[in-house]
Amino acid sequence: MRRSIGSGRFAPYLFVLPFIVSFLAFYLYPLVSTVIMSFQEIIPGQTHFIGLLNYRRLLNPVMYTAIWNSFRYTVLTIAVLIPIPILFAVLLNSPGNPLSTVFRGALFIPTLVSVVVAGTIIRLLFAGSQLAIVNSLLLPLGIKAKDWLVGNSAQAMLLLVGMATWRWTGVNIIYFLSGLQNIPRELYEAASIDGASAWYRLFRVTLPLLKPTIIFVTTISVFGGFAMFEESYILWSGNSGGGSPNNVGLTMVGYIYMKGFQGGAMGLGSAIGLILLLIVLAVSILQLNLFGFFKRDE
Amino acid sequence: MRSLHTTTLRTQILISAFFIVICLGFLFPIYSLILASFRPGRDLIRFGITAKTLVPKDLTLSFLINLFTTKNGIYLVWFRNSMIIVIVQNVLSLLFCSMVGYGLGVYEFKGKKLILSLMLLVMMVPLQILILPLYRLLITMKSMNTFQGIMFPFIVSPFAIFFFRQYVIAVPMDFVDAGRIDGLSEGGIYFRIMAPLMAPAFGAMAILGALQSWNNFLWPLIVMRTGDMFTLPVGLATLLTPYGNNYDMLISGSVMATIPIIIIFFIFQRYFIAGLTTGGIKG
Repeated sequence: MRRSIGSGRFAPYLFVLPFIVSFLAFYLYPLVSTVIMSFQEIIPGQTHFIGLLNYRRLLNPVMYTAIWNSFRYTVLTIAVLIPIPILFAVLLNSPGNPLSTVFRGALFIPTLVSVVVAGTIIRLLFAGSQLAIVNSLLLPLGIKAKDWLVGNSAQAMLLLVGMATWRWTGVNIIYFLSGLQNIPRELYEAASIDGASAWYRLFRVTLPLLKPTIIFVTTISVFGGFAMFEESYILWSGNSGGGSPNNVGLTMVGYIYMKGFQGGAMGLGSAIGLILLLIVLAVSILQLNLFGFFKRDE
Repeated sequence: MRSLHTTTLRTQILISAFFIVICLGFLFPIYSLILASFRPGRDLIRFGITAKTLVPKDLTLSFLINLFTTKNGIYLVWFRNSMIIVIVQNVLSLLFCSMVGYGLGVYEFKGKKLILSLMLLVMMVPLQILILPLYRLLITMKSMNTFQGIMFPFIVSPFAIFFFRQYVIAVPMDFVDAGRIDGLSEGGIYFRIMAPLMAPAFGAMAILGALQSWNNFLWPLIVMRTGDMFTLPVGLATLLTPYGNNYDMLISGSVMATIPIIIIFFIFQRYFIAGLTTGGIKG
């Protein structure tokens, strides 16, 4: 039998080599070095160890605002982007609707739009002038024209969550549809024979069986939510959310960008990143626990 | 026999009407962007998108044509940069991720469990927290402001590897055994037998990967330093200032960056959706 380098005992290792190289160079090394950096004051030429000083410096109101904004954004996007896509998916999943594919495609299109373009559109729709479309539509309802971007933090959150809803509803519908298609039809038929109402079927059959998908979507939403930065960067003109008045749009990653890249404080930026990592892991574990993901009998 | 829960025609019509309204709402921002691209940028800066913008009247293509000539055609440079990155990054990523996925799907070997857990670990850490050390690494590697600097860190994606692995597991091992009997090397089996069988998986990942790198923003924003190296999203983002006369370019440039990807979506819709669901749920 012909033997070459790619054969025999070593073949599997050659196949997985790209992952190992990439893992060491672009993942493990940066992760370790960011941990070290978080204990350092990094000035070109004279980097030195400063213990926990970076972490102590983060006990400041701007950091609290960043954490609070990221947290609120995550909770609100989950609160919107789980129930609504489930409802849409259930409606789209009912058999015999020829338009269902068209609707799915149309709702998916916003996902294709880059965050830069999406942010630009939002800025133009929510522009401050009286003539701008959102303001002019609200006027007959007795709501005065306002400058949405420089308003208070509730308005900023409304824009951010609105933008997320617009961009991600279509993706979550696809996830839930594929979850729904794994539910055996017989279960619904059995429920119907027993005279179960539509609501009963939704809450007693559909939702419990969608649980794995709900857990999956919630988990990726926790990660996506806490990592959000680009949206606020675009809405507030490239100042990492720090450009927004009173930091209404500042997120934790925005704070990393502001301190690490714009302010040159790489050590401090690393410390923010590690706190972010701890929060994300804690929230996901808590969330998985609430869903009973770690229970043996599941 | 009609299925017991086949909904009545009336409910179907109600549901359809409901979704028509919702879909129009979801498409409205894109419609308004396209119409805005026919309006002068200075009006858009002052008033935003107004009711007048949304009426398709007096449409002029002059802003679209200017897009390719303003600032010595810098838009075309950004477009080209984005294309280069999408193509090269995807080709390399498909090659490497499918190889790793294949290796993890076909072989039993020491350390396999470890590698699978490391992949989960990678997915547990948001890449945004690694941008600072990666940035320093790039400086050391003298790769700032280069294409490889944008591409290298993200060519090998655990998500794509899981997807390919899932696909490989479903292929009967008989194909691999047949290759061995024919005297093919292990690499030969992968390239000659398995890779062609994995064509649908390549399709799904190619499209998802292209979408991601076409719209990728944060990392190129950090890596690319000069205007001639910007990708489309980074270049467009630099135009987002109320100063200067850039809004014409921003709006028509946004339209031209979005339309191609929507067209590609409609051509390959099936693969897009297969890529999302299979990769996501089973990953």
